[in-house]
Amino acid sequence: MTATTATTASAASAVGPDRRGGPVGRFFRRKTVLPWLFLAPGLLLALVFKFLPMGKGIWLSFFDVRPFLGDKWVGLDNYTRVLTDHRFQDAVGHTLLLGIGQSLGAIAVGFLLALLLEGQARSLKIIRTAVFLPVVTATAVVGELWRLMYYPTSDGLVNSALGFLGLGPTPFLDNPDTALWATMVMGVWMAAPYNMVIILAGLAGVDRTLYEAAAMDGVSLWQRLRYVTLPAIRPAVGIVLTLAAIRGLRVFTEVYVLTGGGPAGSTEVWMTRAYTLGFTRNDIGGASAASVVLLAVTLLLTVSVNYFRKRGDVR
Amino acid sequence: MSAPALDPVRTPSSDEAVTSSGRTGKQARATPARFDTALGWNDRPGVSWVLRILLCALALGIFAAPFLTILSGALSTHPSGSSLTFLPHDSTLLNFRVAGERGIWDYFTNSLVIAGGGLLLQLVVCVLAAYALARHRFRGQALIMTLFMLTMMLPEEVIAIPLSLVLGHVPVVGIDLKGTVWGVILPLGAWGFSVMLLTEFMKDIPREIEEAARLDGVGELRMLWQVVLPLCRPALGVAGVLGFIMIWDQYLLPLIAAKDPTDYTVTVALSILRTDPEVGSGVVLAGAVIALVPSLVVYLLLQRSLVAGIAAGATKG
Repeated sequence: MTATTATTASAASAVGPDRRGGPVGRFFRRKTVLPWLFLAPGLLLALVFKFLPMGKGIWLSFFDVRPFLGDKWVGLDNYTRVLTDHRFQDAVGHTLLLGIGQSLGAIAVGFLLALLLEGQARSLKIIRTAVFLPVVTATAVVGELWRLMYYPTSDGLVNSALGFLGLGPTPFLDNPDTALWATMVMGVWMAAPYNMVIILAGLAGVDRTLYEAAAMDGVSLWQRLRYVTLPAIRPAVGIVLTLAAIRGLRVFTEVYVLTGGGPAGSTEVWMTRAYTLGFTRNDIGGASAASVVLLAVTLLLTVSVNYFRKRGDVR
Repeated sequence: MSAPALDPVRTPSSDEAVTSSGRTGKQARATPARFDTALGWNDRPGVSWVLRILLCALALGIFAAPFLTILSGALSTHPSGSSLTFLPHDSTLLNFRVAGERGIWDYFTNSLVIAGGGLLLQLVVCVLAAYALARHRFRGQALIMTLFMLTMMLPEEVIAIPLSLVLGHVPVVGIDLKGTVWGVILPLGAWGFSVMLLTEFMKDIPREIEEAARLDGVGELRMLWQVVLPLCRPALGVAGVLGFIMIWDQYLLPLIAAKDPTDYTVTVALSILRTDPEVGSGVVLAGAVIALVPSLVVYLLLQRSLVAGIAAGATKG
């Protein structure tokens, strides 16, 4: 439907100005200058506050930035320094682990939530509204909430729940072995309801007659999920995974608010490391190099995912 | 519109089946609900009904109930991790008063100014750009669209360090935006998502409406303001609510755009409250409640737009 309107619309626009037959100056203005006037504010802001910093970041990554002495060209030194620094290597590991764990966890939980809360009843809508709260809450607020839920003594919220199951209190955020997993759980909690909404939209599109046909063939519930529901929502899941992977790479606020990268660097991710390097240590060249690497990986990931998705569509 | 696009199994002939058996309200409730959901939940009392109620309670307990701990902690007199419950033992507003003395309302005002101004600027900028992209044809259109999409891939996290330099000294004009609300508002102006969403929506407006208005001698700005925008109200709602939540959630940008801590937004200021040795966690939670309320209000008022926007973003992105 969309396609039809668009075609007729563009056809009409090609005819429009000629039919009106206005003066040449007016024709010129409408056809060429006017769109650019409308685009100007957006392009200007994007240029100054997005693309210029990007270019500047790439440029600075080749320099030893010294505020009063002038910048010194160092070639790829910043890159080799950043990539061989073991704290950065650890941070890459944490970023990947956190990103993958969070994405998969949030999809699994989101799928379960969607299956549970699928339906038209009013009570279900109210529950969906309530369950969605973590998504609309600012990350900084969620961080404060979870810091208190992870309170290390036995009367902290999560610890008292664990005590109910007969498990001793764990200092989740203060223990290098558990801090990253604790961060991951918070990430799943924040993202799962978002995925739920997308998957619910996918579930709503499943042809109900397929369910009926499957029931007549006497398939089990598991088979129905496996062969009818999952294939139907696979595009939705693909999109969710892509978005989550790209977001996972540049995770910053969650970690910065919850643990600040600690304890002992056990939750340090790529961006918190770059932030510390740039703003605390004033190593602007190194921090820029780290950001450029991250940007390159993000771009590569997005482009390749789009490529494979398009190829998948054609087939 | 979004649901069928997500569904590869659906055949053209199944259109009627979908509308009659599932999604549209009245008929679905009248007929037995056996094939309405993937798991085959039904509304009749029974094992599956009880199980579903229990699981729903669990989901609420995990995803919604923790918000009650923020409120109860903020209202309780002995705020520490150990006294956290879903309901306060004894309620007091003292924590809010202390948070007020620590300047939480000033931070809150900063946040409101930034969210209001930022959203207004973002909507104006994105509507103008989308109008040009959807209703005009010009050279380099695809390139411009790609540029706007790219702005989504250049989030503040990735360009934080050079952006902070640019904010300190904007090229050509040479102003220092640090310490002003403009330092936060301007970088949020061009948001690729809103441009994309509004462009898609504006493309669907029938050309005939525009043609008729043109014959009446309506100019471009009036066309946008009086013809296109009123028809775009649903898309504007979506862009508005998603934009507000995105701006309210900003953390790194207000942090790097601030000259000193008094410029922080309320979300960033929570970390100041936390590191203040003289205040307890009750005061931090009072601050969290204050930071939570606006996004909560926007969400509850406009949740339909928000959910529609997420679904649209998923199918288009």
